[in-house]
Amino acid sequence: MSCSVCLCDIELSDEDKSTLDDILAQYPCQESSLIPVLQETQGQLGYLPRPAMEYVAKALKVPFARVYGVASFYSQFHLQPRGKHIIRVCQGTACHVRGAKEILKAFEDELGVAAGNTTEDLEYTLEVVACIGACGLAPTVMIDDETYGRLTPRDVRKLLRQTKKAAKAQ
Amino acid sequence: MKQISLKINDQELRAKPGMTILDVAREAGIEIPTLCFHEELSRVGACRLCVVEVVGGKKLFPACTTPVTDGMEVLTHSERINARRKALLELYLSDHPADCLACEKCGNCRLQDYAYAYGVRTSPEDGERSQRQLDESNPFFIRDMEKCILCGQCVRMCGEIVGAHAIDFTHRGFQAQVAAAYEMPLQESSCVFCGNCVAVCPVGALIPRSRVGQGRTWEFKTVTTTCTYCGVGCVLNLHVKGDRLVDVSPGNGPANRGKLCVKGRFGLDFIHHPERLTKPLIKKDGRFVESTWDEALDFTARRLSEIKHAHGSDALGVFASAKCTNEENYLLQKFARAVLGTNNVDHCARLCHASTVVGLAKAFGSGAMTNSIPEVTLADTILVTGSNTTEAHPVIGYLIKQAVAQGKKLIVIDPRRIELAELADVHLQLLPGTNVALLNGLAHVIIAEGLADEEYIASRTEGFDKLKEALAKYTPEYVQKLTSVPADLIRKAARLYGKADRGAIYYSMGITQHSQGTDNVLAVANLAMLTGNVGREGTGVNPLRGQNNVQGACDMGALPNVFPGYQSVTKPDLRAKFTEAWGIDLPEKPGLTITEMIPASLSGDIKALYICAENPMVSDPDINHVRKALENLEFLVVQDIFLTETAQLADVVLPGTTFAEKDGTFTSTERRVQRVRKAISPRGESRPDWQIICELARRMGCKMEYQDPSAIMDEISSLTPSYGGIDYVRIDKEGLCWPCPTKTHPGTPCLHAQGFTRGLGKFTPVEAIGPAELPDDEYPLILSTGRNLYHFHTGSMSRRSEGLDWRIPEGYVEINPATAKDLAIKNGDMVRVTSRRGEIEIKARVTSVVPEGIIFIPFHFAESAANILTNPALDPVAKIPEFKACAARIEKLESLEEVG
Ligand code: SF4
Ligand code: SF4
Ligand code: SF4
Ligand code: FES
Ligand code: FES
Repeated sequence: MSCSVCLCDIELSDEDKSTLDDILAQYPCQESSLIPVLQETQGQLGYLPRPAMEYVAKALKVPFARVYGVASFYSQFHLQPRGKHIIRVCQGTACHVRGAKEILKAFEDELGVAAGNTTEDLEYTLEVVACIGACGLAPTVMIDDETYGRLTPRDVRKLLRQTKKAAKAQ
Repeated sequence: MKQISLKINDQELRAKPGMTILDVAREAGIEIPTLCFHEELSRVGACRLCVVEVVGGKKLFPACTTPVTDGMEVLTHSERINARRKALLELYLSDHPADCLACEKCGNCRLQDYAYAYGVRTSPEDGERSQRQLDESNPFFIRDMEKCILCGQCVRMCGEIVGAHAIDFTHRGFQAQVAAAYEMPLQESSCVFCGNCVAVCPVGALIPRSRVGQGRTWEFKTVTTTCTYCGVGCVLNLHVKGDRLVDVSPGNGPANRGKLCVKGRFGLDFIHHPERLTKPLIKKDGRFVESTWDEALDFTARRLSEIKHAHGSDALGVFASAKCTNEENYLLQKFARAVLGTNNVDHCARLCHASTVVGLAKAFGSGAMTNSIPEVTLADTILVTGSNTTEAHPVIGYLIKQAVAQGKKLIVIDPRRIELAELADVHLQLLPGTNVALLNGLAHVIIAEGLADEEYIASRTEGFDKLKEALAKYTPEYVQKLTSVPADLIRKAARLYGKADRGAIYYSMGITQHSQGTDNVLAVANLAMLTGNVGREGTGVNPLRGQNNVQGACDMGALPNVFPGYQSVTKPDLRAKFTEAWGIDLPEKPGLTITEMIPASLSGDIKALYICAENPMVSDPDINHVRKALENLEFLVVQDIFLTETAQLADVVLPGTTFAEKDGTFTSTERRVQRVRKAISPRGESRPDWQIICELARRMGCKMEYQDPSAIMDEISSLTPSYGGIDYVRIDKEGLCWPCPTKTHPGTPCLHAQGFTRGLGKFTPVEAIGPAELPDDEYPLILSTGRNLYHFHTGSMSRRSEGLDWRIPEGYVEINPATAKDLAIKNGDMVRVTSRRGEIEIKARVTSVVPEGIIFIPFHFAESAANILTNPALDPVAKIPEFKACAARIEKLESLEEVG
């Protein structure tokens, strides 16, 4: 990192700071470094916490609004912490026709979070996707790497109970 | 350069290479619709409304980004294009609320205009809509993001022109919107509420709050005038309905070209404030009683005459005003000299740039900014010293930031890590009051390293050998000891400035407001002449003047030693000229400055003061002393728009008007004389200040009659050589920079081009002395004072503006985290700051903007007035006080219970 700016006013743990400094050290101080720096930051921290984005903004001399703009534009970036398990509920056409909306609603009710969010205990992140390529099984859901199909809202509760059990067993 | 020939709609046209189809069309007056294009902003080609057909080309081309080529044939309104534009507009409107009936933008909306022009009547009702929200979180403007068409003009304005980078596009698809990071309210972002985004928004997405519900655009009368706040001299448009100001928009002045800062744009509601003085007041038995104009004027004239007869003319004094027009200042000094018979006339320039006037007059022969404001971006190295430009002269601040964005070099000399310091290539964080040492150090390195412009020195200056001798001892290492700036940084800065082809210096009160202020100015002038940086475009020594008309008040001779145009009162021939013009004998002895009139009031030498629109009870150093002095007067008359802290002490208060209620001119910091135009009638029974002065003069037996301010200007130009060619007709469209000696002279944006006003530029060696008061055991900290973006001077206008007050409602003292920790002070704590003059209670703002051992207080706030603390030590020549450095101590206030 070649920019000399004062970074002392940002609230970030010393540990995160040194993680970021290590990442920033590999890139020149210019706007084109932004995306790779954000990618690595997310790789290290699991998501992009706000103070980390402020830090990156100052260090690269890129306006904070721009950093946020970029991070919120690409779906690869996560601005919220992610759950241990990622639930992706398909809302593609085939699934839509076969009741994907209800399935999503069942997940939202069960987990107590709206799509796109993470439960408070950081166990689950609920996301929607468009077609996961298993239309024959519509409506479909992916939990981590497992695909589940032909679901009814009632199945949702069962499925979640199973996953929780499996998690405990580990 | 080779010219390009092309045809647009059968019109044969010529163009320069690099021009786009849109540029050529606009020049030829051919209208092409645009939504995302703006002359001053980068071109993004986003809205596609400007598409045109190029004969022989298959697809349509966006006119705003397509360069012209030789032999090109362009159609701007073919059937195919019109159909495309119509389809596009339908698409825009399909995601736009059908709100034209109640929208504030109705009648002034480009989307609406184009829908009309292309016959778009309905928009499809269904289809996906964006879910953007209404943002009403700030008092300046509403962000109705549902109406946003994502043209991005606001984003580019904010980033490319203002340099605030507060907003950007966030998210995408139907979630896409323009917002600050994390969609946080703008006040938590880097937004400076300049409203320039509002000015460029083509639709009703950004709406100033002041105009909501006030009426339709076409019902408003628009009056173009000049901003009343700072010396930048932005031209602005006042929009008026029913004798009330409902909105302000940026005008196209040379300094601002369509931009404003938050004060000019949103800070004018003091005009309609209920506390405006609407009737004259006379103090009877210690209480103010409303009176008629006749009673107040008769009484004032009688008292002034009595005191004049009893104690002589020099027992009287006048404080003219950097807020008032040139015409009014001219009359005020004429009133002092011709009616009262004294040269005791001065104004607050004494407190800000007296040292500039003296210092630059000595070095160059003229004490004003050498170059014009638009030249900022022509420099390749900019040195900013003692000017917090982005807060005190925001629109010039935008230009400096633009220059940096273009890759120009920036050196900042300032004890505080101000906003510009963060952008600078070098920031020299000197101890307050050690400017001479540092500037000498820079000059030393420039000479030592052979960077001086020898040819320039030989042909255009004198006194170099003496300077060189005096500079010998200011090695970077020696200077480091005096200033605490590392020697290496001194060298780096000296090389940057010394090697620049065009180096420009911008300075302000951090240079002037010292007991060594004149020396500071001379050191700046030395540095510039040494490198040949005076007399060319994009270079110069540029003092940024504070008040809207402080330059003009000086030009008009509201100074104790000179008539208008800096013509000395002691020169018999000049005095004879004015005696003849005014028909009365004039005093020969130079008068007292305001910093001398205050002690003279206390000692009883001055018996009466006429203070016009100045507020020494907040602006002057050591306020406790000022109060005693004013209370000691036999008679005090104050003319103002509010019952200021000073007016409260008066025997008579005369209600003047704001700039919006009168005609006249202001002279901006770049020496540009610009029109002030009446937009609304005077509030209540208040009267334009020039009329009040004339009335007083008439009652004191002196005929001062003018039909209007234009006639006063004609008298001014007949007596003031540098204003000789200026009249209201000539400056109607755009102001002129003085010197403008004749009616055909085009004005002079860049001074000293053909030689200095005084002939040769004069080097004056100056030695480092340092501030008059240094920290010691009892007062271990250095206190510096200054300004905040959201307020102006003593706050009597800005603090009566709703939005500005919302943003910064109270005073504060900046203190470094380390110093604060030592004293157990936390951010937001109430503290007591004490100096040898007095003490104040104020909120602590813990920030690394100030270095350890230094505290900073903005001086706008009467209840926590920095000037209770400041040191009235004066510069021996310019008589300017040392506002920028005094010794102080700070302690945490115990909570109320403990004090008990
Ligand atoms: S008000 Fe000025 S600083 Fe704020 S967003 Fe608009 S352009 Fe940017
Ligand atoms: S707010 Fe206005 S200027 Fe900004 S992108 Fe939307 S329409 Fe354009
Ligand atoms: S920069 Fe100065 S002149 Fe321009 S709008 Fe702001 S206060 Fe007024
Ligand atoms: S639409 Fe759901 S899997 Fe294809
Ligand atoms: S004006 Fe050309 S694309 Fe918007």
